[in-house]
Amino acid sequence: MMHRLARLLWLASGALALTACAGEQSAFTPKGIEAERIDTLFWVMTIAGGVIFAVVAGLTLAAMLGGPRLRAKIASEKLVIGAGILFPVVSLTALLFWGFMLMRAGEATEPSAIRVSISGERWWWRVTYEDEAGRTVDTANELHLPVGQPVTLTLTSPDVIHSFWVPQLAGKLDMIPGRENILTLTATQPGISRGQCAEYCGGAHALMSFYVVAQEPDEFRRWLDAEAGAARPPEGAEALEGQRLFAAHGCGACHAVRGTEALGTIGPDLTHVGSRHSLAAAALPNRTEDFARWIRDSDHIKPENLMPPYRIFSEEELAALAAYLEGLR
Amino acid sequence: MSDDARLDLPNPAPRPEGELELLEKVWATPKGWRIVTAVNNTVIGVFYIGAALTFFVLAGILALIMRTQLAVGDNNFVSQELYNQLFTVHGTTMMFLFAVPAVEALGVMLLPQMLAARDLPFPRLSAFAIWAYVIGGLVFFSTILYDLAPNGGWFMYPPLTLMEYSPGDNADFWLLGIGFIEISAIAGAVEIVVGVLRTRPPGMTLSRMPIFAWAMLIFAAMIIFAFPAVILATMLLEIERAFGWPFFTAEKGGDSLLWQHLFWFFGHPEVYIIFLPAAGLVSMMVPTFAQTPLVGHRLIVVALVATGFFSFGLWVHHMFTTGIPALSLAFFSAASMAVAVPSGIQVFSWIATIAKGRERFRITVPSLFILGFLFIFTLGGLTGVMVALVPFDFQAHDSYFIVAHLHYVLVGGMVFPLFATFYYWAPMVSRKMLSERLGRWTFWLMFIGFNVAFFPLHIAGLAGMPRRVWTYPSNLGWDTLNMISTIGSFMIAAGVLAFLIDLAKNFRMGSGAPENPWGASTLEWLPNDVYSTRSIPHVTSRDPIWDNPNLPREVEEGRHYLPGVPTGARETIVTSPIDARPQYVIQMPGPGWMHLSAAVFTAAFFLLLTVKAVTISIICGILAIVSCLVWAWQLDKPSQGEVDIGAGIALPTYRTGSSSHSWWAMVVLMIVSAALYLSYLFSYLYLWTVSPEVWAPVGSPALPALGYPLGTAAMLVLGAVILAVRQRSLPREPKRDVGTAIAAVTASALLIGALALEIWGHWQTGLRPTASSYGAMVYMGAVLTVQAAVAVIIMCFFAAARGLTRQLTRERRVTFDNAAIYYYYTVAQGLLGLLLIHGFPRLAG
Repeated sequence: MMHRLARLLWLASGALALTACAGEQSAFTPKGIEAERIDTLFWVMTIAGGVIFAVVAGLTLAAMLGGPRLRAKIASEKLVIGAGILFPVVSLTALLFWGFMLMRAGEATEPSAIRVSISGERWWWRVTYEDEAGRTVDTANELHLPVGQPVTLTLTSPDVIHSFWVPQLAGKLDMIPGRENILTLTATQPGISRGQCAEYCGGAHALMSFYVVAQEPDEFRRWLDAEAGAARPPEGAEALEGQRLFAAHGCGACHAVRGTEALGTIGPDLTHVGSRHSLAAAALPNRTEDFARWIRDSDHIKPENLMPPYRIFSEEELAALAAYLEGLR
Repeated sequence: MSDDARLDLPNPAPRPEGELELLEKVWATPKGWRIVTAVNNTVIGVFYIGAALTFFVLAGILALIMRTQLAVGDNNFVSQELYNQLFTVHGTTMMFLFAVPAVEALGVMLLPQMLAARDLPFPRLSAFAIWAYVIGGLVFFSTILYDLAPNGGWFMYPPLTLMEYSPGDNADFWLLGIGFIEISAIAGAVEIVVGVLRTRPPGMTLSRMPIFAWAMLIFAAMIIFAFPAVILATMLLEIERAFGWPFFTAEKGGDSLLWQHLFWFFGHPEVYIIFLPAAGLVSMMVPTFAQTPLVGHRLIVVALVATGFFSFGLWVHHMFTTGIPALSLAFFSAASMAVAVPSGIQVFSWIATIAKGRERFRITVPSLFILGFLFIFTLGGLTGVMVALVPFDFQAHDSYFIVAHLHYVLVGGMVFPLFATFYYWAPMVSRKMLSERLGRWTFWLMFIGFNVAFFPLHIAGLAGMPRRVWTYPSNLGWDTLNMISTIGSFMIAAGVLAFLIDLAKNFRMGSGAPENPWGASTLEWLPNDVYSTRSIPHVTSRDPIWDNPNLPREVEEGRHYLPGVPTGARETIVTSPIDARPQYVIQMPGPGWMHLSAAVFTAAFFLLLTVKAVTISIICGILAIVSCLVWAWQLDKPSQGEVDIGAGIALPTYRTGSSSHSWWAMVVLMIVSAALYLSYLFSYLYLWTVSPEVWAPVGSPALPALGYPLGTAAMLVLGAVILAVRQRSLPREPKRDVGTAIAAVTASALLIGALALEIWGHWQTGLRPTASSYGAMVYMGAVLTVQAAVAVIIMCFFAAARGLTRQLTRERRVTFDNAAIYYYYTVAQGLLGLLLIHGFPRLAG
C-alpha cells in the first residue's frame, strides 16, 4: 500500500515537474554532483512529506466523519504525544543526520587544479581563471568547466550582495563585499546550463544571468588556451571600421580587448566576446544584430544598467561595430 | 445551579437604581466626530482591524499587479523600477502594516472581553499606538503612488540600501517609515503583557486562562525581545546613510552580514509573532465547534512557550547561503527542525479535539477556514522542514520555492485563521452576523485560489526561477506555471471581494447579534456593552459558560464583582499575576485629545525627517513630547480610598511599588531598552570578531585615560544615589516639594555631565565615528545611552513639576518612582557600556 502510494506520488509530481523540466536552469535536471545529491534528497523528502500530509488529512477527515469508535481512538492525548512529539523527533533526527552527511560529502577536499574567481557586479559577472602554471585569463559572463573535475570557485563582490546559482550544477552561494566564499562545482556531463543571480541586487537583478559550458577536459583545455590568447584581428573592411570606431569613441575606457589599446576594466572583458553564448549577462542572444541593438538601446534592453546608450552612431556605424565585436571569437 | 449556590454570589440583586445608567454614562463612546478621541478597546479595536484590513487589500492589489506582470515571460506591463518598488512595498506592508497590527488589533479587541476586564490597563496608550500606525502607515504606503517607495526588498539588505547604491529618499522612507510601526508594536506589547497578567477576572488563575491570552502573552514577550534588534538595525542603517558612520561598509571594518543577523534575529521570531496569536485563536474556535474542551490544553501552552523560545534560535536559517561555517549551519538546521515539534503538537491537539466532540464537528464558515488553515499550514510546515535541511536550502533559497513556502506558512498560518476570526467574532461587536452564504463563497474562492496561485510556484522555484525578478525569458519552462499562478491570485482577490461585500452588507457596529451564537465557553460571549460586562465574573474553570450555564444571567444582573462605578469614573479590577486574587481597583482615563495629537506629531516627526524637513520635523517632535506630557499630567489620580467590589472585598484605589500596573509597564519598557542595548553589545563584539584588523586599523587613536570612564561612572552612581535617597524621604502630606525638584534636577545634571565626559573623552583622542566601524560603534554606545538619558531627564523634570504642584507624596508617588527606576536602568546601561568600551579592548589587548 505504502509502496503504491509512494509510486503514485512520484509519478504525479514527476508529471508536474516535467512541464518545468524543459529549461537549462532547472534543478530537476541535475548535471552536477551536488545538484544530483540534492535532487535525491528533494524526492525523498517530497514523497515522505506527501505521505505525512496524506496521514494528517486522513486523520482530520476521520476525526470529522469517522464512526464513534474511530473518533474515540483519535480523541486522546496519546495521539498528540505520539504523532505530534515522538514521530517528528525520530524522523527529523534521522533526516538531519542524512543532511549533515550530504553536507560533509559536498565539502571540497583539496583545491582543484584550475581555480576560478568570479565577481558579481552590477549587473554582470567578472570571471578570472588561474591554471596550475599561475597563468590568469580574464573573461566575463560565461563559465567553462571540464567535465568530471572539481573546480573551485572563489566568489566575491565589489558592490552589493549577489548570489551565484547554477541550479543544474549545485546550490547557490552568496557573493558578499569584503568576504570570499568558496564553491566547488563538478559537472557530470557535457552541455550548456544557465545560471542567474539569486540575491536581489537592485535595478537589473532580473537580467543578471550567464551560461555555463561543461566540456570534456581536453576540449576545455583547448578552449582555455584560446581564451588566454589576444583578440583576433578584424577581418574585412566593415570590421576594421568597427575597430576604429571602438577605439575612437573611447569604448576601451571601460572594456578590454587584449592585444589592442582597449584596456578598461570597469565593464566586461570583450577579448573573445563573439564566441560567447549571450550578450549583456544573458540579457540578449549573441547575434551580430544584437551588438548593434545593445550599443544603441542598452537602457531599454536592460534598464538601469551602467553602460550608457550610444545613440550617436548611424546604422552603418552600428553595423560596423557589431561586425567587429562579433568577429572577436 | 440551585438557588442556594446563587446566594453565594459576590453581590446581591436587584441592583440599586441608577447604577447601570451611571456605568453606561461613564463608559459612553464619544459621539460624532469626537469618536476619534475614543479609547474604549472595542471601538478602537474595530478601527485597528479596519486599518489592518485596508492595508491587506492595498498590498494585495500590488500583488495582483505583480502577478499580471509575471503571467507571461518577457512582459512589459510594468517597468523594472516600478516592479522593484512593488515587491518591496507589498512585503513591507503585509508584514509591518498588516500582519503584526492585525494580530495586535485582535489582542486589543478580544483580550479585555475574554478576560472580562472593562478595558486594557492603558487605554490611551493603545489608542496612541493605533493612530500613529494609521497615519504613518497611510503616508508610507502612498509613496508607491509617486515613485518614492523603497525598492530594496522588504529586508533591505545593505550595501544595496546604503547611500552609494540607493541615493534617493526611497530607502529612508522604509527606515523611518517603520519607526512608528516599531513604536506602536512596543506600546501594544506593554499593554498586552500588563493586561494579560494583571487584569484577569478574580479566580482566573494562569491555568484557567484561555489559550488566546497565553498566545498573546508570548506574542508580546517576543515583540519585547525581537523588535529591539530591528530597531537597532534601522538606527544603524539610517545613521550610516545620513552621517556616514560605517557599520555595514566592508572597507571601513563594517559588515553587511551584521544587518542580516540583526534583521533576522527580529525577522524570524516575527513569523511566529504573527502565527502564535492565530494559532491561539484556532485553539479557541476548535473546541466551540467540537463542543468539547481542548484536548491537550497544557501541551498546547507548552508548545506555544516552546515556539516562542525556539524561534530566537532560528534566525541564521535565512542566511544558510551566506557562506557561514558548517558548524553554525548544523546548529541552526537542527533548531529549525525542532520548531516543527510544537507545531505538530498543536495540529494533533486540534485533530484530537475535533474527534472528541459528542456531536460531529460543525461545518460553518469559521470552521471551513480552520480546516483550510490546517490543510495549507501543514503543507507549509512540511516545506519548512525541507528548507531547514541545509543542502536543500542551497537550491531553494531565494527562489520561488521560498516564495511559495512563505505564503503557505503566512497566509495559511495567519490569514485563514484571521478570516475564521472575522466570521466567528463579528457577532461580538456587530448588530448582525456575517453571511454564511457569502462566507462560503469567500472561503472556497480563497482556498482554491490560494493553492492554484502558490502551489505551482514551488515547482517554478526548483525549475530555477529566482524571486524578485520583474521579468523572465520565455524559453525556460516557467510560463505555464506562472500563468496558473496568476489565475489563482485573481481567484483569491475575488474571494476577498466577496468578503468585503459581506462586510458592507452585514457589519454594523453595535449589539443585537445573537448572544453566544456558536455556544462558546469563554467570557467574551457574556452579555456585554460599552462597559464590557455588567459585572466582572468570578471564574472557577477554563470553560466558565459551559460549567455554569447561569453565568451570563448572573453577570448581567450585576451579581458578580464591581457592578457599578464606585469611584465615579472608568475603572477595572487588578488581580495578582498568577492566582488572580483581587488586589486593587485601577482608575483609568477616558477619551482624550492628547494621545491623538501625540500620535499625529509622532508620525509627522518621522515622515518630515524622511523628506529632510528637519526644522518642522523637530518642532513636531517637541509637540509630540508636549502632548505626551499633558496626557501624562492627567493621569496618576489620587487615591479615592477603599471601594467595595462585592463579596465583602474592599480594594484600595491606588497602589505603588511592585504591585502597581505602572511599575509593571516600566519593567517591560526597561526590558525593551535592555534588549536594544544587548543587540548593540552583540553588534560591537560581532564587528570586532569579523575583522579585528580593519575595524580599528593600526594607528587608530588609543583609548582615553582611565580617569575619563572612572569620572563618568562616579557621576552616574552619584546621580542614582541622590534619587534613591530622595525616594525614601518623599513628603507625607501634599506640599510644595522643593527637595524632590532639587534632587531630580541634580540627578539630571549629573547624567548630562557623565555622558558629556564620556563623549569628550573619545573625541579628544582624535577618534571619529566616520573613520572606522570601531569609532562608529564607540559613539553609537553613547547615542543609545543619550537616548535613554533624554527620556529619563524628561521624566525627572515631570516628577519635579508634580512635586512643585503638590501632587507628590509618600503614597501618591508613581511619577517619581517611574523616573527613578528608569534612571537606575540608565545608570546600569551606562556602566555596562563603560565596561565594554573601556574595559574590553584593554583586556583583549
